[in-house]
Amino acid sequence: MYVAAARAEHGNKLGGVPRTVVAVGAVSLLTDISAEMVTAFLPIYLLFTLHVGYVQFGLLDGLYTGATAVLRLVGGHVADRLRRPKAVAGVGYAMSAVTKLAFPLVGASAFGIGGLLAVDRAGKGLRTAPRDALISLSVPANQLGTAFGVHRTMDTIGAMLGPLVTFLLLTNLGTQPDPIFVTSFAFALLGVITLVFFVRERPAAPASAKKPPNIKAGLALLKGKPFARVTIVAAILGLATMSDAFVFVLVQKTSGIPLSALPLLPLGTALTFLLLATPLGRLSDRVGRWRIFFAGHVLLLVVYVLLLSPSGGYPVAIAALLLHGVFYAATDGVLAAWAGSLIPEDLRGSGLAVVQTGQALAKLASSIAFGFLLQYASVLAAVVVASSGLAVALLVVVVVRRRSAA
Amino acid sequence: MKSWFARYRVVIGVVLVTLVVVATGGYVYRIASRPVELAQAHTGRLLTLIDQRGGNDAVSTAELSAPDGSRNPTGLRCQRVYTAGGTTVCLRLAGVGPTFEAAVLNSSGSVVKTIPLPGVPSRARVSASGKVVSWTVFVTGDSYVAPGGFSTRTGYYDLRTDTVVESLEVFHATVEGKPYTAADANYWGLTVASDDRTFYATFLGAGRRWLVKGDLSTRALETVRIGPECPSLSPDGKRLAYKKTTRWVGRWELVVLDLASGEERVLPDTNGIDDQAAWLDDTTLAYGAISGSTGKSSVYQVPADGSGKPVLVATEASSPVP
Repeated sequence: MYVAAARAEHGNKLGGVPRTVVAVGAVSLLTDISAEMVTAFLPIYLLFTLHVGYVQFGLLDGLYTGATAVLRLVGGHVADRLRRPKAVAGVGYAMSAVTKLAFPLVGASAFGIGGLLAVDRAGKGLRTAPRDALISLSVPANQLGTAFGVHRTMDTIGAMLGPLVTFLLLTNLGTQPDPIFVTSFAFALLGVITLVFFVRERPAAPASAKKPPNIKAGLALLKGKPFARVTIVAAILGLATMSDAFVFVLVQKTSGIPLSALPLLPLGTALTFLLLATPLGRLSDRVGRWRIFFAGHVLLLVVYVLLLSPSGGYPVAIAALLLHGVFYAATDGVLAAWAGSLIPEDLRGSGLAVVQTGQALAKLASSIAFGFLLQYASVLAAVVVASSGLAVALLVVVVVRRRSAA
Repeated sequence: MKSWFARYRVVIGVVLVTLVVVATGGYVYRIASRPVELAQAHTGRLLTLIDQRGGNDAVSTAELSAPDGSRNPTGLRCQRVYTAGGTTVCLRLAGVGPTFEAAVLNSSGSVVKTIPLPGVPSRARVSASGKVVSWTVFVTGDSYVAPGGFSTRTGYYDLRTDTVVESLEVFHATVEGKPYTAADANYWGLTVASDDRTFYATFLGAGRRWLVKGDLSTRALETVRIGPECPSLSPDGKRLAYKKTTRWVGRWELVVLDLASGEERVLPDTNGIDDQAAWLDDTTLAYGAISGSTGKSSVYQVPADGSGKPVLVATEASSPVP
């Protein structure tokens, strides 16, 4: 397996990283520009252009997150079954692209906008696991961390460029929605074109070699101890991870920096993430993905503890954001690399989907619980609960790892 | 076929990418170079609003009697605007993010203060004297990934003392007689009385929406009744207009409360409103809402005593200012 994978990519590398990884990274970069353009514009569109309340969309969104988690499993499974992760990912990218053009058509209908957001999220759910499978199948197991690191770096660059493009259009053309949606669609279309014409899938193993895997085979992965361990560890730590939005709001509140700095806080996390995703991915290939993944969550605990220091001002806020970015760089791509190395090639899509879905559902549950907590408790009490929860989760995963290794 | 595709895939890809880039660039350029309409003489009663026909958010004056007539831009571009007592507040785009700011202008149109905002503009008000400027913004976190992920911040600027309060969250809140201490407190839609210290606003805490009444000088507020949102005090200070849902699931309607008698009156045919209404005078309200026929934001006026239905006064417009 290792030799075959290495040979497939021989003489086809860009600065030490396989061309497929860079091409998939470019697809994600373009798609993220498109997606984040709309994310940045949507509140303005709803509040200013359409006069639609924001409340109902927030509520619906929790449902979408749950639904897309399930679609990830479908995407991963179908990709394995057809042995064509690229085609399945392509359908997901195309679905999201089309919604961008449909926004002006549905107008102010809350039902229509909700439907479009759902289709967009469905596309994202469908494509995530096949995309990660494409990346993981293009490199040998000992370079998975680097490959996912490069991909996440490019992905985040796109996420940072999207709002910038929206700003340029808003400042030059005003709040008219059509140019923003058309430009967003164009970036999404460029992403699909890049996928179709510039991403080369490794030729599938001869069809006769093995029967296509069924759903049972995907679930049977969980019987394998190392894989089950990754899934459980990711889910337990996910349960103790609060959503980014809460982190930023709490950083602003507890450090006492001006409220107007709030919109800029995500940039701190994203910038650190994109700068460190590749080096930390590379490091995880050397010292082990579990160690980096665990260390990332220890840093997250430090972020939570920093939130306990009152009125720390900018130094504390900046330290918290840097650490939060390092946490992402140490865990996001590293988890895919860690899980990927434990899944047989013909089940890569299903397996990655299982791990990511478990983590996503756990994070959703934690966000709902934390939001509920904030309704009744003070900031300090909520942060104490979050920190203790994460500390306990870290202890539990150490025990889980010890026992299953024994 | 397959080998043909394999041989030319890169060429086809490059051609398609070029086509998409050129077509999109051309489209954006064409929109950017659209000619600007020339100003025309206006007669009759005027209304200031944000013109959404051209898409460039121009604060304009329009004739109340001509819903789709000509509009004269004032030179300001805002997402939300309000003027009273010679002071104008303009909530507008400030920088990448995108981020927004509140620009406070005096009667000669020069900016006396800009205040960076933590989110997307939603409401803006100026007290009758022009001394207290307030705003509400939506904070959406880094994206819409957070479940139920929105919150609001309402702040104000006192021109008399040159002080900015970024959020009413720092005020001492009393809910049904008990002090409120939970972290999750949202405020929106502030309206300040002619004494420049009494105010009304909406408060969301522990999952419920309240009309609150408070005092800017003591920085304290207390709940008045459940339900009403985005209150707006009449110029004579006798009535409060707000939106509320009269059913559990339903759209907002515009309601006027007589403060002396406590009597509420639902204004007919106003369901679908999502705005902080503006008093054009002591008997007439104006508000923005989506037009049922065009699907675009439009401005309506309606008698405050419930004696008549809303009348369209401006198509494709928002933020009416008396």
